[in-house]
Amino acid sequence: MTGLPAGATTTSAAPEKRPAALQLADVSVVRGGRTVWSDGTFSVPAGAVVGVIGPNGAGKTTLFQLALGLLPAASGRVEVLGAPPRRGNRRIGYVPQNYTAALGDAIRCRDLVTLGLTGGRFGLRPTSAAERARVDGVLRRVGAYDFADRRMSELSGGQQQRVAIAQAIVDDAELLLLDEPLANLDLRNQQEIVRLLGDLHRDRDVTIMIVAHDLNPLLPVLTEAIYLLDGHPHHDPITDVVQEELLTHLYGTPVGVVRTAQGDLFTRAAWRDPQR
Amino acid sequence: MSALAGVQFQSNWLDVLRSPFMQHALIGGSMVAVAAGLLGYFVITRQNAFAAHALAHIGFPGATGAILVGAPVTLGLAVFCVGGGLLIGLFGRRVADREMATGTILALATALGVLFASLASANASTTTSVLFGNLLAISDDQLMVYGAFTVAVVGTLAVLARPLLFASVDPAVAEARGVPVRALGLAFVVLLALTITMAVQVVGTLLLFALVVTPAATALRITARPARVAVIAVTLALAAVWGGLVLSAMVDLPPSFFIVSLAVFAWVVVLAVVGRRRNRPAETLVDAHHPHRPAHA
Repeated sequence: MTGLPAGATTTSAAPEKRPAALQLADVSVVRGGRTVWSDGTFSVPAGAVVGVIGPNGAGKTTLFQLALGLLPAASGRVEVLGAPPRRGNRRIGYVPQNYTAALGDAIRCRDLVTLGLTGGRFGLRPTSAAERARVDGVLRRVGAYDFADRRMSELSGGQQQRVAIAQAIVDDAELLLLDEPLANLDLRNQQEIVRLLGDLHRDRDVTIMIVAHDLNPLLPVLTEAIYLLDGHPHHDPITDVVQEELLTHLYGTPVGVVRTAQGDLFTRAAWRDPQR
Repeated sequence: MSALAGVQFQSNWLDVLRSPFMQHALIGGSMVAVAAGLLGYFVITRQNAFAAHALAHIGFPGATGAILVGAPVTLGLAVFCVGGGLLIGLFGRRVADREMATGTILALATALGVLFASLASANASTTTSVLFGNLLAISDDQLMVYGAFTVAVVGTLAVLARPLLFASVDPAVAEARGVPVRALGLAFVVLLALTITMAVQVVGTLLLFALVVTPAATALRITARPARVAVIAVTLALAAVWGGLVLSAMVDLPPSFFIVSLAVFAWVVVLAVVGRRRNRPAETLVDAHHPHRPAHA
């Protein structure tokens, strides 16, 4: 189906001239008087798929809030898609953590996705046929069309996550920020969501940043990672991040990396635990 | 001799319905039903039902305080409801914080209401009409005020509907998308306070929940399409008010009881008919929240 306005985000500009999706220069972030992290200097190129990892409370979600313009940088310079961050940037699609937990039983999937397109509009102008077609197209794209008329509360976690992603991309976002999209999903649903993200990345040339506790299910699609370690964000190609020494330091527990023909996998390396 | 022997069918009930005080009640009650039916949807999507209940009680000292200082009761109600609503709105955005703050303010307000009523030496019937409504005593002046309130509530809702819905069901994303979530929350509380001010006259502070929340809750069991919820909720609220007034005229008893009973009756019937088909995960293999339990067990 071609329900989507194809190529709306890919302008005729030469690909190599696209500005970075997210660029930080010497940025620090303070929240409630506490420095969450500092010395943030990195550049996420457009079209990357980035895993954002780090221990609890390291400031992963804070990084997203910075990009969304919900939290100012205490120092340094931030650019999102070539411009300073600002609230209401329609070029960013956002799926918050525990997104679906907050949604009650009072809204249908279709209406939730439509709000991603028209929810900021004041006044009574009804949703246009073109807008409805766009919502249908994006629901098909994420595989949520068949249950679009159901309420959010009636869906499984994997289905809810598809709807959340549909809402985030319905306005043709160029940068997708997903906060723990695989939390509470079983293995099959995790794999399906990861496959969907890979497809979206390929078809729409969208930059994707994913906060995740567990990188393993995401390794097939990740091109790079930002890891928050010792109070600073670091940015490296994914192959440099999946290393036993770094991951052991990052998670504060021994981590082993298994490389197979089907892909890399890392795990808590209990058999190498020095304390045993 | 049972007290129920006093309940008698009034053969002149059609004449009663045509009388001026009934006409006032029909017009005033209809305006309240429209505003309440529309607002109820947002009360539920915002998970604000307890605040709605509390605001009604916060109006109680407003009403008795107005009697104490000789001001119009509607004014006292409006000032206390709007003020109380803004106060609740200022407290934490976390539901748990809000519940504690709301409950505490609710208790203080009720205590003040009793104090004011006592100081004003308001007679029992005045207090009773605040607590249980006095739809049959709506004056011309009140109708004018209600008309203005209704126009303000419905008009503002028409303008805010979409962003307010977004901010209600999905505040985190709405905020990121530049929707003024906080300002919309305060605007909503003011609209709710105005609606409650009117509804107190119809069913009273103690019964108000059934008119402001129950019709929308009933509609939401039937459908989740926003426009249909609005139409069904308003229809149910209107039916409860009209039906309540007719029954009240037939047996010469207070309309509050019938209005609330009809609203609750509709809710129970709808729950019994459609309630059980809800909350069934669509996925055929495994429900991710309960991976060990087949979805259609």
